[in-house]
Amino acid sequence: MQQRERRLGLLYAAPLSLFLLLTFLAPILLVAGFSTMPEKVFSLTQMPDFSAYRTVLEQGYWKSVAWSLFMALLATLILLVICWPLAYGMAKVFKRFTLVLTIGVVMTLFVSENIRLFGWVLTLMKGGLIEGYWRYWTGQGFDAPLYNGPIIVFGLVYVYLPFMLFPLAQGISMVPDDARQAAYDLGASRWQILKEIDLPLAMPGIMVGSLLTFVLAAGAMAESKLLGGRAIITIADEVQTAFTYGQNWPLGSALAMVLIAIIGTVAIWAISKADLDAMMGRKS
Amino acid sequence: MTDSSPPILRINALTKTFDDFTALHGINLNVRDGEFLAIVGPSGSGKTTLIRILVGMDEPSDGAVWLRGTRIDVVPANKRPTCMVFQSLALFPHRSVGQNIEFPLKLRGVAPAERKARALELLDTLRLPRDYYSKRIQQCSGGEKQRVALARALAFDPEILFFDEPLSALDYRLRKTLEKELKDLHRRTGKTFIYITHSLEEAMVMSDRIAIMKAGRFEQIAPAEEIYARPVSKFVAEFMGEVNFFDLVKGAAPGVALSAAASAALAGQTGTLTIRPESLRKLTAEGVADLSFEGIVTAEYLLGSRIQYRMTLATGQEMIVEVLRENAVEGGIGAALRVGCDLSAAHLIAEAADAAA
Ligand SMILES: Nc1ncnc2c1ncn2[C@@H]1O[C@H](COP(=O)(O)OP(=O)(O)OP(=O)(O)O)[C@@H](O)[C@H]1O
Ligand SMILES: [Mg+2]
Repeated sequence: MQQRERRLGLLYAAPLSLFLLLTFLAPILLVAGFSTMPEKVFSLTQMPDFSAYRTVLEQGYWKSVAWSLFMALLATLILLVICWPLAYGMAKVFKRFTLVLTIGVVMTLFVSENIRLFGWVLTLMKGGLIEGYWRYWTGQGFDAPLYNGPIIVFGLVYVYLPFMLFPLAQGISMVPDDARQAAYDLGASRWQILKEIDLPLAMPGIMVGSLLTFVLAAGAMAESKLLGGRAIITIADEVQTAFTYGQNWPLGSALAMVLIAIIGTVAIWAISKADLDAMMGRKS
Repeated sequence: MTDSSPPILRINALTKTFDDFTALHGINLNVRDGEFLAIVGPSGSGKTTLIRILVGMDEPSDGAVWLRGTRIDVVPANKRPTCMVFQSLALFPHRSVGQNIEFPLKLRGVAPAERKARALELLDTLRLPRDYYSKRIQQCSGGEKQRVALARALAFDPEILFFDEPLSALDYRLRKTLEKELKDLHRRTGKTFIYITHSLEEAMVMSDRIAIMKAGRFEQIAPAEEIYARPVSKFVAEFMGEVNFFDLVKGAAPGVALSAAASAALAGQTGTLTIRPESLRKLTAEGVADLSFEGIVTAEYLLGSRIQYRMTLATGQEMIVEVLRENAVEGGIGAALRVGCDLSAAHLIAEAADAAA
């Protein structure tokens, strides 16, 4: 019986596994292959050559990596703080309004990220919506708050908000009300309830939301290009440049591999640290 | 009651209104220190609403609550020296048994070693093995979880411990065991317990006093025997078990034959006579009793050592009679039956008292 169930399980998992193999693993292997080729040579019989990786190390690309990771981390932390009360409201307080909010947030996803960011540029730029009207009425202009680091982080926060909000709301909705009430009855203050009950019990949602936003933000480039005016160049931008203008596929591949390795390590570490079943009290 | 010491809990004209629905109508109640009070009532009578207000999870619309002379209805739940055992138990699934029990101590900043010692003590008190300390909540059975919830509440060391139907989800045997344990625990800790239940049986086994609740009001608050023998209303009489009612109008009750003495005693009175099925005895044709009834048996049910009969009187009224098995009616269904009881076994609910019911 159990044997049969196991075999059935494997069978059911096969199509998806195959799909993942083709669409996820194969491209990574391909990129890995490219990254070990010498520059401007394309040959499948070539011996592996790590000159592209040397270039990555020698030409200061680590700065882009560090900036990307730092801004992604910052955006994730900001999103955690912003989204927690909102998600709490959606899960426990708003009732009907939750649906309105959900639809509103999801609708933003229907419009491409680039277009929405352009909207912000038009709003914020010198002579744009805000500054233009301000100058028209007061006669005094001011510099656009664009083309710097903070505005890139703002862009990341803005674009990836749904990816934090919904997992968080899901996580919070899993915190049983009676546990919170019991803690309150046993003398817990608001902070103690947050620390002892809400955070640990909503941890699956927190983990999923943070990982999603971090991974997506670390690989982002539109925010830095459009809002930031390349004030900071992200690693994804470098990868794209290497593949297009640079025509240096091995370098692009090597950069991509570095990013994949770092993010993959972070993700696997986080997932293994956070035993989702145990956190939800399901493990027996 | 005869006790003259000041009450630990005093509830004064407590009212709770939800939108246009009044769940509690000016409740008054005094609870003695160390008492085991059971609150019994049908579903929707306001028991949970009352208890939630008393522990501070809801606010009353009107009225006041005092605990040892301090007004507490204005104090938030986490500052009140009371604690509640939820029907769902509300244990923390992400914490071990030990951590659950220690929770209130941890909140107060008690040192870990001291906390653990106290938790182990409480495991002993609740008769749980000490190695349960590191067990996960999910690994405990229903009865064990119950005990963990109790231990956690006791760790809080409340002045009053509230229970909202804590045993209702358990099977019959376990419930019986835990009822006795709770009673025992009450005796050992000397704490005041206020216990909500649907089950009258549960209330009778455990409590010192029972408060019968109906539609947001207390109908009667008294020890079990008193409520049983002298209910103040038909509602209470029926709630406490099967009972026969006879209307009494100015000393005359259709269907009831009264002796001279009984006639004299009831002369001019109006109300409802309540007679418990088991206080009736079989009478021979010439036997005498203060109150006697005659009818035809229409049904019989075996109840262990007793037999219950339904009989129809000449007036058409149905009546329930319960006798010991050795006094079984010959002929069974269809036989004529004559029963009676003393006046002292018949309780009169005077007209005015039952007007509200
Ligand atoms: N938040 C609320 N809003 C509106 N009505 C409520 C609310 N809470 C309770 N009620 C109403 O108040 C009445 C009493 O409810 P309560 O939960 O106190 O009953 P109960 O005696 O505990 O019943 P049960 O034995 O079924 O638990 C019910 O009619 C219920 O519908
Ligand atoms: Mg209830």
